[in-house]
Parts: sequence; C-alpha cells; structure tokens
Amino acid sequence: MVLVFFAYFALVSIAAGVLTVSLRHPVHCAIALLALLLHVSGLFILLNAEFLWAVQVIVYVGAILVLYLFVLMLMNLKTDERYFHTSALYFVGPAVLGAFYVIFLLMQSPFEGTKGTTPASVVLQDGDTYAVGIKMFSDHILQFEIVGIFLLGAIIGAIVLAKTPKALDSEKERS
Amino acid sequence: MIPLSAYTAVSAVLFITGLLGVLVRRNFIIVLMSVEMMLNAANINLVAFSHYLESLSGQLVALFVIAIAAGEAAVGLAIIIVVFRGKISTNVDEMNILKW
Repeated sequence: MVLVFFAYFALVSIAAGVLTVSLRHPVHCAIALLALLLHVSGLFILLNAEFLWAVQVIVYVGAILVLYLFVLMLMNLKTDERYFHTSALYFVGPAVLGAFYVIFLLMQSPFEGTKGTTPASVVLQDGDTYAVGIKMFSDHILQFEIVGIFLLGAIIGAIVLAKTPKALDSEKERS
Repeated sequence: MIPLSAYTAVSAVLFITGLLGVLVRRNFIIVLMSVEMMLNAANINLVAFSHYLESLSGQLVALFVIAIAAGEAAVGLAIIIVVFRGKISTNVDEMNILKW
C-alpha cells in the first residue's frame, strides 16, 4: 500500500516538474508547480514528517505560490515566441543521460550511516510536531534566530525594492 | 518498505529538471520557479535521510530551507517588479547591464 502511494506521489511530482519547465504559459507553469509541491508534501507524509507536510502546504502552496500567481497576473505578461534558449538541445541531451546515470548509481547504493537517537517509534510517541519543536528549541535555537533575522532583512529588502521611487521626488519638489 | 535510494532517485530527477529549467527557460519568473523546484528536491533528500538515519536534524534543516525559499521568492519577485517597471520585459537574456 505504501509502495502504491510512493509510486503515485513520485511519478506525479516528476511529471509536474517536467510540465513546470516545459509549458509555454507562465500561469500554467505555476499550476504545474502547485501540483508538484502538493505531491512532494505527500512524500513527506510517507516519511513520518507531518509537521513539514503542514509547513509545505501552508508556506509553499499557500504563500509562495500565491505570491508568484499575484505577480504573474498583476504584470500581465505576454508569452514570447522563442521561449526556450536556442541552445536547449545541447543542455537537454547530456542532462537526460546524466540523470539516468545518477539514478543508476543511486539505486545501487545502500546508504548505510550512523543512526541517530530518534527512531520512528520515539517520534510517533508524542507526534512529529512535538519532537521537531523540542529539537528546534534545544539544539537548533541559533539557526532559528538567524532565520528570523534573515526573514526580517528579506521583508525590508523586498519593500525597498518594490517601492515606487517617484514618491520621494514629488515630496522634494513640494518643499 | 521503500528503499532510501528510491527517494534519492526522485530527488535527483526533480533537481535535474529544475536545473534544466534554470538553464533553458527565458522567462525570469519560470527560472525562479525552477529554483523552488530544486529547493524542494533538496528537501526530499533531507527528510528521507532524516527518516532512514533516525535523526530529526534533517527535518529541521528542511524547515530552514523552506524559510530561506520564502525570503528568496519575496526578494526575487521584487526584483522582477523593478525590472519589469523599467524595461517591460522579463526575458533573462535582455537583463545584461551588469554583464561584463
């Protein structure tokens, strides 16, 4: 049963990724990206990461993708005729070959490594959100603070960039 | 039981698709979408290794990656708005003022 779900999520997310890159109209690309993000969040469920599933749906699908769609629809973009680089074929051929080689190598690897201290039974005892919260606010508190400052800087930068520069000039002329 | 290599294979395919999108597409917004796709591929890898190696740190790093992606989307779209206001074009080939 898990295998069926994994195959569904994996195949649909790959197909949606290909569509995101290859569709002509940007809004259609955004819709394909939405399908990709939702199916990747399904993969997170299969990996016992419910909190990341919720964050993926809320932040990616609910915030980032809506931001993209707002910009796409506000700017009224016209699709240009030549929407691929002319050198596309030189990239696509070797990349597909390289992808198959990488997959071949990855399927052979056992990926053994040092096990951590939180197996699935410990995570499921209190739930994934509880475990992630305890871990974040004990071991990773510095990264948490850094991400907060980064987001503040990103907000200020976005506002400064997107502000219309004319307002300052008219104020100067008035005074 | 699904092997870990299956997740890494899905992640590799998504990453390469996103990389192709960055290299091949001309529309700036779709280039940014491809970057988001690559970040998602990295997230799949992080969460899969976190599950199979029984450590929660991977999930936390994936959370931070999502936060960074949100900031990157906001700043990138603001840059697109600035460029679009000046040149009425989102073709990446026409943004070459800073190119040496």
